[in-house]
Amino acid sequence: MSIDWYNFTPWSALAGGALIGLAASLFAVMNGRVAGISGLLGSLLERGEGRGEKGLFLLGVLIAPLLWQLFSRLPEIQIDSGWLALTVAGLLVGVGTRYGAGCTSGHGVCGLSRLSPRSLAATLSFMAAGFLTVFVLRHLLGA
Amino acid sequence: MRKLMAFLAGLIFGIGLLSAGMANPAKVLAFLDLAGAWDPSLALVMVAAIGVAFLPFSWARAQRSSLLGAPMQLPGKRELDRRLIGGSLLFGIGWGIAGICPGPAVAILLTGRWQVLLFVAAMLVGMVVFAALERRRG
Repeated sequence: MSIDWYNFTPWSALAGGALIGLAASLFAVMNGRVAGISGLLGSLLERGEGRGEKGLFLLGVLIAPLLWQLFSRLPEIQIDSGWLALTVAGLLVGVGTRYGAGCTSGHGVCGLSRLSPRSLAATLSFMAAGFLTVFVLRHLLGA
Repeated sequence: MRKLMAFLAGLIFGIGLLSAGMANPAKVLAFLDLAGAWDPSLALVMVAAIGVAFLPFSWARAQRSSLLGAPMQLPGKRELDRRLIGGSLLFGIGWGIAGICPGPAVAILLTGRWQVLLFVAAMLVGMVVFAALERRRG
């Protein structure tokens, strides 16, 4: 392992993370809800309860880049995957987060913040799978 | 009031993802690439997010209703099962392929990239497939 100090961005990572934590806290304390994006999306698709609030939270996330652009240039967004990889990845993320009842936000942030054993197990599982997948694709298959 | 709060929280969430670097798939993959030139930034995103959210969630967990009078709906389930682990593993594989998870996918959907539109369309199809399988399961 070698650390890529040139691309290491500790301050923006901490500041962005703090904002994510603040947003999740507000949604829990004020609305009594978990800011888990896959759960919110799934609930809208399945016509669950509270669609107004859930939809408005997602709308906020959706228009964040438009608001950002009013004040400054968007940070870099680089996607190197081709259409097949994106399709397979999207399907796996869609099915997996619904079976696993959460993603990086629901389990990784909200779940770990309330010390949920389920979320700890889920986070360890998807992190391990993520690390392993990148290792296989980049270093074994050379993709 | 609750609706306004939901919208504001979503906006802050999205701004947070963008500033953190979470919304840049290449950076996410660099974080997941332990054997390459590892960029540890995103570990700090999680540390900061949990650091800020820990006390508010500890408070929220102990309440029956939220400050704006909504029922507190934090999940209470504690058992681990095969669905939780299997689903999370599938999610992790998908995350490792493209470096995109659901939050960032929504946060960069309107930045005019076909790749994100395709990814989100496939993700929603995956969620619909899950819902259909669940209905058949009864």
